[in-house]
Amino acid sequence: MKKILILGAGTGGTIMANKLRKSLERTEWEITIIDFEKTHYYQPGFLFIPFGMYTKKDVIKPKMDFIPVGVNTVFAEIDSIAAEENSVKMKNGDIYKYDYLIIATGTRIVPEETPGMLGELWQKKIFDFYTIDGAIALADFFKTWKGGDLVLNIADMPIKCPVAPLEFVMFADAFFSERGMRDKVNIHYVTPMSGAFTKPRASKILGNLLEEKNINIIPDFYLERVDNENQKIVSYDEREVPFDCLITIPVHKGSEVISRSGLGDDMDFVPTDKFSLRSHKHENIFVIGDASNIPTSKAGSVVHFSADVLFENIHCAIENRPFTASFDGHSNCYIETGHGKGALIDFNYDTEPLPGHFPFPGIGPFGLLKETRMNHYGKLIFRWIYWHILLKGKEMPINSKMDLAGKKLA
Amino acid sequence: MAQKNYTGISVEVNEEGYFLDSTVWTKEMAVEIAKELELELTDLHFEVLNYLRTRFNAGEALTIRGVGKSGVIDIKGFYGLFPGAPMKKAAKIAGIPKPASCI
Repeated sequence: MKKILILGAGTGGTIMANKLRKSLERTEWEITIIDFEKTHYYQPGFLFIPFGMYTKKDVIKPKMDFIPVGVNTVFAEIDSIAAEENSVKMKNGDIYKYDYLIIATGTRIVPEETPGMLGELWQKKIFDFYTIDGAIALADFFKTWKGGDLVLNIADMPIKCPVAPLEFVMFADAFFSERGMRDKVNIHYVTPMSGAFTKPRASKILGNLLEEKNINIIPDFYLERVDNENQKIVSYDEREVPFDCLITIPVHKGSEVISRSGLGDDMDFVPTDKFSLRSHKHENIFVIGDASNIPTSKAGSVVHFSADVLFENIHCAIENRPFTASFDGHSNCYIETGHGKGALIDFNYDTEPLPGHFPFPGIGPFGLLKETRMNHYGKLIFRWIYWHILLKGKEMPINSKMDLAGKKLA
Repeated sequence: MAQKNYTGISVEVNEEGYFLDSTVWTKEMAVEIAKELELELTDLHFEVLNYLRTRFNAGEALTIRGVGKSGVIDIKGFYGLFPGAPMKKAAKIAGIPKPASCI
């Protein structure tokens, strides 16, 4: 019996388990998936929790609901990967051997990387919304907050879902407007980037949108520390931004498993070929999603599109053929802009987000890089698609390769 | 694409002034690019530039946090050498592309 081992039963690991169990003979291939946590979190939903639009029950389901019959599922903590021995050691001493390993261990926030972040104001006036606990604590805080300087700060790149911080401040604008206290809340968007987003045309359009909503952008701010006593954040070049409420997007790193295994870069992301999705170092190790260092957004859409590529290339590897699939870095993000509207961007390694229509050229129904009601509904409907189609590795009417048709190039 | 003249040699650069071909770079060119950014290069600057070029040539991603962990210099010092936007300025002076760490 040959063995495929998948580390991580999040979006990437679950999709791969579904796809591979369908295509590989059960009599020849054993598939095992390992995770330490039994709950699957719909992470795009965390954004909605602070504003009372979703609660915890809207974003959780048991992982077992999505793992197909015929896949061995292990809920236990991984100690490390011994790549030279083709095995994975568990904290309880168990050892799993593999012929092929798929690393899908994701990324995590590391607030302790920034001095002062976990100081006395943590979860009192300093919150994150990238964890379920953080999002819930913030929802409680907002219920009685009287207003002041609301500062959203991105500590460093890369982060999960680079548009979520933008959505957060636009939701905050709408939320406090609806409560009749927008004049008491000053919203500041403090980022290490030179503008609202990473790619020039989207940055300009989204930057204008923030301005229209009276959200103050403070660019090129690289966070050094949080001063709890004086309630301000301080950058490496000694600039200071005072806050009454700080929303932090902390430094992101890969899993500690990667670090313990010596398979990661400075930030514990696994060096991975951005086209084939195979590890640079090991021929029988593939990496999907946030765990890799490929230069894409760390986002569910990227995982979904790259799963098609990884699936094909694993079959190539098994059958001793050269790789036939190549990932183009396709990423697709709905951006909530508040007041029941949304925008949408679609891009890849080489093409920045452009205006136009999606997925059907000239028709839509979604508009690229513009605010429409339809885009907002797209985001809400996506949660259903995520649970029912995407995780199960079923076909969607969207190409995994980015399509230039329907986009305005000039 | 644009052309720039450094040390009497014509160099191809992108619209933001980053070298298209990092192999044509010389230390003398670095001194001239730095002048455009109103910087005077010291030995420590060159240590950082060499580190960035080595990492770039090895195909590795360049980040400010990575430089901070390099042992060459800490992040505060990096800001001291290349004020304002250290990675962008240092990459330009080192003749390598603008780091794609911002995604």
